[in-house]
Amino acid sequence: MLDVSDLHAYYGKSHILHGVNMRVGASEIVSLLGRNGAGRSTTIKAVMGQVDKTGSVRFKGSEIGGLPAYKVARCGLGYVPESREIFPTLTVRQNLLLGQKSTGQKGRWSMEDMFRLFPVLRERAEAPAGVMSGGEQQMLTLCRTLMGDPDLVMIDEPTEGLAPKIVELVARLFDEMKNRGLSILLVEQKLTIALKICQRLYVMGHGQIVFEGTPEALLANEQIRKEWLEV
Amino acid sequence: MEFFVVQLLNSLSYGLLLFMLSSGLTLIFSMMGVLNFAHASFYMLGAYFAYQISQHIGFWPALVLAPLLVGVLGAATERWGLRTAHKYGHVAELLFTFGLFYLIEEVVHLIWGRAPVDYRIPAALDFSAFTIFSTSYPAYRVFMMVMSVVMLLSLYLLLTRTRIGLIIQASLSHPHMVEALGHNVPRVFMLVFGGGCALAGLAGVIGGNAFVTEPGMAAAVGTIVFVVVVFGGMGSLAGAFIASLFFGAVQTFSVALDHSLAGLLESLGVALDTSSGWYDVLSLSIAQMAPVLPYLLMVLMLVFRPMGLLGTRET
Repeated sequence: MLDVSDLHAYYGKSHILHGVNMRVGASEIVSLLGRNGAGRSTTIKAVMGQVDKTGSVRFKGSEIGGLPAYKVARCGLGYVPESREIFPTLTVRQNLLLGQKSTGQKGRWSMEDMFRLFPVLRERAEAPAGVMSGGEQQMLTLCRTLMGDPDLVMIDEPTEGLAPKIVELVARLFDEMKNRGLSILLVEQKLTIALKICQRLYVMGHGQIVFEGTPEALLANEQIRKEWLEV
Repeated sequence: MEFFVVQLLNSLSYGLLLFMLSSGLTLIFSMMGVLNFAHASFYMLGAYFAYQISQHIGFWPALVLAPLLVGVLGAATERWGLRTAHKYGHVAELLFTFGLFYLIEEVVHLIWGRAPVDYRIPAALDFSAFTIFSTSYPAYRVFMMVMSVVMLLSLYLLLTRTRIGLIIQASLSHPHMVEALGHNVPRVFMLVFGGGCALAGLAGVIGGNAFVTEPGMAAAVGTIVFVVVVFGGMGSLAGAFIASLFFGAVQTFSVALDHSLAGLLESLGVALDTSSGWYDVLSLSIAQMAPVLPYLLMVLMLVFRPMGLLGTRET
């Protein structure tokens, strides 16, 4: 579904990604692991068309590397940034509506689905999103992207700094996404949620992929974990 | 009392006019992070276009056509000028709008000359609307206020009640995120820039004949609009509104008041040495200080509250 090959990315003059190769299949959950600064966030921003890059990004069979971000999104790629970036002055409902690419867009997810999965969003529907807690904002960000009915969602550190109870809710949402046939590319620093839900994973270091395999293979490979993951 | 009421109405109409300019400027600033130095040039173009159009087909068509024309020009400026400059950072953008300011001024010189043009209030509105005590109040001033209020109400409804308004509001905080959700943010930028310029153009159409239409008008109004935006807080529409009305009042009232510090002290019974050099400073009247007053207030604001009245930006 998503095929990235020989991806190089740059912030101004600094060269961040050095030839990243990876792919995510249909209905597959894949994790991209690594320490801070390894280039994980840059990889998904580059796929999204938000940083300067060279190389090839193919999605559903067509090259999307040269497209501006809004066209990439319209191809069916969803992006949930680590910084959440909710629209603080707008209400929760308005935030969700902006997830839709056009008025009344129909897809796999309805506003009602979101409210059922996360009742707190229904309670806060008419409140400004800026007054919600960090965990609630994280749910809103995820739901907002889903409202646009993406086929593949790239999620950056969804559980960072969240209480265990909320992490559980997020994990349940991932299950629901899997049931509805979505692919997920999950960026994580810790192994907690990734090992439980993903089928394949990549480990990044210094702007390159240093390991590719199943969660079991990673658990068995102590050297990779020591060198590239554990602090 | 009579003086006060008339001046209050004048300052209101002037303040609303300022807000038509500062609202566009502040929207453009908070969305794109670019302070458009040429914003008041579009105000000037509005006035000149309206003058030219009204020469041929009258004021009313000009009222509609001139702002539209200015808006299209603004959108084109964003699309084929600013968007390219944007790639090279904010300094390039700033220099671009700075150059544009002089470019427009020279073009106006070339086409319409250096002297003021005879852009007049239409005869249909050139009468007295009502009389306050013994002063008759011109209908055109009332028309200006109504136009501004109608325009600003529509702007408010557009921003809060429509989908494009939501997209604009969201882009004020996180433009990259809005784009990642599949909205064509570059086009929204172009529309906002064009819309802001159209608003400035409309202000020019209704302000150019109430005041004077000449090549220096952009510089004169432009600096005041900057003062308003900085004072109100960069990027805050509410702040710009309050500051616009406030500076409308400051500018209108100050030119008509001949009170001075010396006068105040003397009325309090303080004996002043009239031969001292300080006496000349103290006896400066408010009217004499009127031109410098807005800048003085802006500097004070920047010293004591750098983010402005309602601004949130840390500077």
